[in-house]
Amino acid sequence: MSTTETWAIIILLGIGTFVLRFSFLGMIGGRTMPEWVLRHLRYTPVAVLPALVAPSVLWPGATGGETDPARLLAAIATVAIGLASRNVLWSILGGAATLYAALWLLG
Amino acid sequence: MSVSPTRSAFWRGAREALPFILVVAPFGLLFGVVATEAGFNLAETMAMTVLVIAGASQFAAVQMMADNAPALVVLATALAVNLRMAMYSAALTPHLGRAPVWQRALIAYALLDQCYALAAREYELRPDQSGAQKVAYFFGASLAVCPWWYAMTLVGATLGEAIPPAFALDFAVPITFLAMVAPMLRTLAHVVSALVSVIAALLLAWMPHNTGLMVAGLAAMVAGAQTELWQARRSAAQ
Repeated sequence: MSTTETWAIIILLGIGTFVLRFSFLGMIGGRTMPEWVLRHLRYTPVAVLPALVAPSVLWPGATGGETDPARLLAAIATVAIGLASRNVLWSILGGAATLYAALWLLG
Repeated sequence: MSVSPTRSAFWRGAREALPFILVVAPFGLLFGVVATEAGFNLAETMAMTVLVIAGASQFAAVQMMADNAPALVVLATALAVNLRMAMYSAALTPHLGRAPVWQRALIAYALLDQCYALAAREYELRPDQSGAQKVAYFFGASLAVCPWWYAMTLVGATLGEAIPPAFALDFAVPITFLAMVAPMLRTLAHVVSALVSVIAALLLAWMPHNTGLMVAGLAAMVAGAQTELWQARRSAAQ
């Protein structure tokens, strides 16, 4: 990726994110969004983030795309701890600990 | 003489935001490290952190840029991750919509997940405060949190190059995202949405330029919304 392209992405992402945050506060005001729009927006994080990482969990670039038991275990542990604790930080720490333990044990 | 109510709202915001530093600071550190590992220089990393100030979308953009996804796909995906912020903006408008425009612009800039969560709870608990107090609370909370995001990104970006491959940092982004999503799986609709997202992304991984990801995201949003509707209809029928 060229430097120009990198900077273009940084600046446009900054502007786009600000526009999303400013939308109602700054421009649209007190009007409410239609219920069907809200119903879809509720799911954006759970819809986009798993799709973003699923391929790198099953086929990590670091192992040349071959499924890696340590990384797979770490992903499962992260989700399990996140579900049980409802806490992002514990989930990250547990996932990282599992990853290092598994990398060390399975070498 | 007592402290002015606006000032005490500001300090309450700052105080109540303190626990969130524990979330924001490690994320910032991790972003600095991951961006540096992905080939960003210090100026690029810090510019993104200051201009965008939205962790998940920054991680998404950096990962996709490292995968050589086309710029348009990177932008569309990262902005899709931030769509929820329009919802935050709408939710806070009844409380903050009458503030001067420069204040609303600053609030919009600092509308992080954590600041939104704090403000939404505060305005529900204390609905009768003046507009100025509500604004002061938000500024207190965001001033307690945002500097940590910048500073820890800087620390991470400085450390980044010194971390050996044995630390498997390629997996920092997957773990972070899974850790963010798992606690959100509160309802059947959220679970269905996440499952559709994973399955569709894997089935569509062959599509060029990471476009499968966008299709999977859209399908998962629709799946979540439809599950919610289906459940509402079912409970109405009973």
